[in-house]
Amino acid sequence: MNPIIKAENLTFSYPGDEETGPVRALDGVSFEIPEGSFTAILGHNGSGKSTLAKLLCMVNFPDSGRLWVAGREITAEDAAEEDILAARRDVGMVFQNPDNQIVATIVEEDVAFGCENLGLPPAEIRRRVDEALADVGMTEFARRQTYNLSGGQKQRVAIAGTIAMDRRCVIFDESTAMLDPVGRREVMEIIERLNRKEGVTVLLITHHMNEAALADRILVMNGGKIYLEGTPEEVFGRPEAMWAAGLDVPQTTELAYKLQKACLDVPLTLFDPASCAKAVADAVTRAKAGAGKEARR
Amino acid sequence: MRSDITFGQYVEGDSLIHRLDPRVKILISLVFIVVIFLARSLTAFVLLTAAAVVFVLMTKIPPRLILKAMKPLMFIIVFTAVINIFFMPGDHLIFEFHFIRIYREGIVNACLIVLRIMLLIVATSVFLTYTTTPLALTDALEQLLNPLKKLRVPVHEFSMMMTIALRFIPTLIDETRKIINAQTARGADFTTGSLIQRGRALIPILIPLFISAFRRADELATAMECRCYTGGEGRTRMNSLKSEPKDWAFFCLILALGAGVVLLNRFFPLLNVTI
Repeated sequence: MNPIIKAENLTFSYPGDEETGPVRALDGVSFEIPEGSFTAILGHNGSGKSTLAKLLCMVNFPDSGRLWVAGREITAEDAAEEDILAARRDVGMVFQNPDNQIVATIVEEDVAFGCENLGLPPAEIRRRVDEALADVGMTEFARRQTYNLSGGQKQRVAIAGTIAMDRRCVIFDESTAMLDPVGRREVMEIIERLNRKEGVTVLLITHHMNEAALADRILVMNGGKIYLEGTPEEVFGRPEAMWAAGLDVPQTTELAYKLQKACLDVPLTLFDPASCAKAVADAVTRAKAGAGKEARR
Repeated sequence: MRSDITFGQYVEGDSLIHRLDPRVKILISLVFIVVIFLARSLTAFVLLTAAAVVFVLMTKIPPRLILKAMKPLMFIIVFTAVINIFFMPGDHLIFEFHFIRIYREGIVNACLIVLRIMLLIVATSVFLTYTTTPLALTDALEQLLNPLKKLRVPVHEFSMMMTIALRFIPTLIDETRKIINAQTARGADFTTGSLIQRGRALIPILIPLFISAFRRADELATAMECRCYTGGEGRTRMNSLKSEPKDWAFFCLILALGAGVVLLNRFFPLLNVTI
């Protein structure tokens, strides 16, 4: 299958000041995002993940390397206007600050904004907006003012806006970073559903390990490079490597790692607290049984 | 949960006037203003005042709010009255003191002109500011001014600017409150001192507010671009305004009012106002 996003050896530098010279934010980044996949990009602040997001939403353009979005090459600033527009039609972004991406005062009008830009007929926009609002569970808020919503609800409105545009891929740029735990859970549920049920390609840029653990594949960025790449099991199965890059692993992994050091056999890659607890209990029972046998002998 | 912030002077309501198509409301106010200026005879003024009272009652807006709308224009009202009373020449001298001469015509004229200004305020507040949300007004203006696009007037851009400004007012009010709290926590004092000192104390609020507003603007622009916004070209609207028969019925009522005023001027002239 064709990848929806393909990056080849991307580099990007910020101008920086006179003393430091240009600051290199991306240093030879290559990856492919297959259509329909759920990929998480992890990295601490300054790892280059936000810079990468800016290249993907075509705000900045790479200094060198090549980038394809939705089958169109968007490498240089002088990429054809219609290519950029077409790429944006297929690939949407949901940003970090819910306040700064909502355009309209009324919920349904904000959801409609993107479709209105596409020039769809009003009846079609109405249908899509109602459907998108139902998808994110915000139907009853349709006529409310966006200002009075909670952070999680605002992000759901923003997601509804991209759903209404019927996009193939949505990039979430730390979309849960400013939310409380309840809002974060609501938004993550919708993101997962979007990918699993609707088949929308999801690219989740985050620094929450638990969110990344939901993905099919994780790219870990560090120092402007792809540092680790693989399934959550592969990436979090190497906690030392993550810690070396100044990153965390899910709490369950950290617990299992410490227990392993204490000679309890608990797998590192159970990210769900319940199954982790069960594994620990089993390991303890097994250890006890083992100890009992030793003593009898 | 905060209650809905309403901007401008919009008064929540569900009257017939509230529900009129905002475009028709703009037209109605324009026509009504012309009608008010057409009135000359006292009889015509009585008719218009009666109509204005009926409209106010229809909207169920508390009359005290209407009076409040007149407050900022008090100076103009008083000024016109004074000019008319003291400098309007006439035939019936009532009062004379050195160079001051007051004629009956002057007093009558002053009263009617004051009444005219008050009617103008009532008309615009009843049809526009008090019964139409700023957002509806912006939408209506965009559609009414649409033909100007042919003359390259950036109608859509202005209306988008207005919409975004309205959308960000509560956000920026919140932000201001936060900054004031933050600066107060650092020992800033906004409540004591001379006027100049207090003015200067505002600087540590305004600068962070401006910086943050620019950052927001930048992020919003990116978000809008990512949602395929390219300006007004080729854009459609989900909720286009639709005018119903009742809107035009109301419009005809105002036209009828105008006809009534003209007839009363002509056939029942009484204490005619000049100017």
